[in-house]
Amino acid sequence: MTLRQTREDARPEIHARPGRFEADAVLGVVAREWILYGQSWRATTFAAVVEPTLYLLCFGFGMGALIGTLAGYSYIDFLGTGIVAVSVMFQSMMPAVINTFIKRRFLHTYEGILATPIDVRELVTGEALWLALRSGVYGCVPLLVAIGFGLRPGPGMLLVPFIAFLAGFAFALFGIWISAVITSVRSMDYVFSGLFTPLFLVAGTFFPLTELPDWVQSAAMVNPLYHAVELIRGVVFGGLAPVTALGHVAVLLAFIVLMWFLAGFQMRRRVVSSGGLPPAPPPSHAATRRRWAPSAARSSRARPPRSR
Amino acid sequence: MGPSDSSAVPALLLRGVVKRFGSLTAVDGLDLDVPQGVVLGLLGPNGAGKSTTMKMLTAQSLADEGEIRILGHEIPAESKWARARMGVVPQHDNLDEELTVEQNLRMFSFLYRVPRRQRREAIGRAMRLAQLGDRGDTLVDDLSGGMRRRLLIVRALLHRPELVLMDEPTVGLDPQVRQDLWGVINALRAEGVTVLMSTHYIEEAERLSDEVALMAAGRVVERGTPADLVAKYAGATVEEYTPGEDGIDALEALIRGHGFTTRRTGTTVSVLRAEELPESLRDRLATPLRRASNLEDVFVTLTGESVE
Ligand SMILES: Nc1ncnc2c1ncn2[C@@H]1O[C@H](COP(=O)(O)OP(=O)(O)OP(=O)(O)O)[C@@H](O)[C@H]1O
Ligand SMILES: [Mg+2]
Repeated sequence: MTLRQTREDARPEIHARPGRFEADAVLGVVAREWILYGQSWRATTFAAVVEPTLYLLCFGFGMGALIGTLAGYSYIDFLGTGIVAVSVMFQSMMPAVINTFIKRRFLHTYEGILATPIDVRELVTGEALWLALRSGVYGCVPLLVAIGFGLRPGPGMLLVPFIAFLAGFAFALFGIWISAVITSVRSMDYVFSGLFTPLFLVAGTFFPLTELPDWVQSAAMVNPLYHAVELIRGVVFGGLAPVTALGHVAVLLAFIVLMWFLAGFQMRRRVVSSGGLPPAPPPSHAATRRRWAPSAARSSRARPPRSR
Repeated sequence: MGPSDSSAVPALLLRGVVKRFGSLTAVDGLDLDVPQGVVLGLLGPNGAGKSTTMKMLTAQSLADEGEIRILGHEIPAESKWARARMGVVPQHDNLDEELTVEQNLRMFSFLYRVPRRQRREAIGRAMRLAQLGDRGDTLVDDLSGGMRRRLLIVRALLHRPELVLMDEPTVGLDPQVRQDLWGVINALRAEGVTVLMSTHYIEEAERLSDEVALMAAGRVVERGTPADLVAKYAGATVEEYTPGEDGIDALEALIRGHGFTTRRTGTTVSVLRAEELPESLRDRLATPLRRASNLEDVFVTLTGESVE
């Protein structure tokens, strides 16, 4: 009787009827990532600082010396703000594609999570939310680096983390959707060369779009990175009409909604077997896990494999 | 319909469950009832559909036909509620190797929504149960195989589930480690937790289970307490006869001709229910090796499979 009592006490409170979308479930997934981050923050931070610094050093000085001003900005200012958006994309979409794929396919992470009271949509939202939060914070790093390189600080910069968060959420969901579409590590080559590179080149990050052919310019309008770049430059340098700003935000939001549905739908198809899925990989997955975990998914925690 | 408040609601109820993968029918009209507080061993040869059944219980695989209820919750519609009240030990180890024992448990305490005030206690209890009380800060990577498996099991018990699913929890472990795990399962039984455990080790099922269900080709072919099943199909004793110069086929034919069930055990023929062998037949046979009938005899007889 007393035993029964204790068990009742210890049972988790479920706040919503089943099937509904629960914030607690999403937060559970975020909390999980937070614990993982506790282990990997050094490497993540290293990458977040070193990459924009290198870009600014090489392009800023190398090209800046040749270019001087661009579209009314000094090149280093133009580039510095562009790099913020690019690093948001790297910080969110890249891990969304790679880590999500590996967690699903090799580490059986999602198999474990989906056996707890978490649904696929909550899982996807939690993973994306975490990456977005991270992007929001790390998006400021290149801005600080750019300030070090001479970008003039201003109050508008305080909005950058929010833009970075929004763009990070969009890219994370996009990445998760892609990770659920691809079926092998090999297809990531297509993703990175065919999708990632054009996305980050044709966004007005390194050079203005105005010199590109018309059709490329039109295509850039659906590139969320373009809208993120425009927003960031707008708030950093001022002079962005509210209507235009709202337009950019609206595109990002629309992209988020679309990707949220696609990512949830496609991920569900992959992790919930409604027939026709290949059987789970054989137990030799331990070898695969070792090979993959340190290098790609967990670059941060790369340690030489130990012998047992 | 709300959650169960009486123990009269079966922990598991499956009716005519069918699961197809393309042209293959993995689960073929499965009926299964498990009252609360019972430890049920699910035995069956490779490909019998045990793992597929487990997956359907967490709604990670959707049944094509039939009805599934867990603690009164309809699956898959109310599966999140059911999952909040059950713990799942997966067939594949999906612990986070780069995190410590404590971190792994903390992560799942979030996923299982263990209320904040009870988290620390729940984690401590789990570590004690796994005999990892002093290993909280050890990386999972540095644990022995047996410790990992114990951790994997108690990870599913953090929220004090009323039902625990274990898919081959002891596969690939050495006998000593397996016996350690039996302690955990017995502790669950003592607490009145319902356990559904699939295993390849018949001896294990015989020892741990209150009842066993034998699965073959996607159905439960027989069900009962180990003792009842042994008595029903294999009687009290089994005798093993070494064939003379007539050969094993002739020997088997002779015994079967008298209406006895036999099975090959290496180079010998084992006769079930040997206590009923008539003297007239016994006179024509060599002196046998005599032993008590066991569940393995039943398993082999009913599934036509041999065991390693
Ligand atoms: N996702 C899948 N796609 C196609 N076929 C599958 C899938 N999952 C399982 N099967 C098939 O369904 C059948 C039952 O498989 P299941 O894994 O349930 O068996 P099992 O009883 O757990 O076997 P084992 O003892 O080997 O673990 C097998 O023939 C298997 O190949
Ligand atoms: Mg199996």
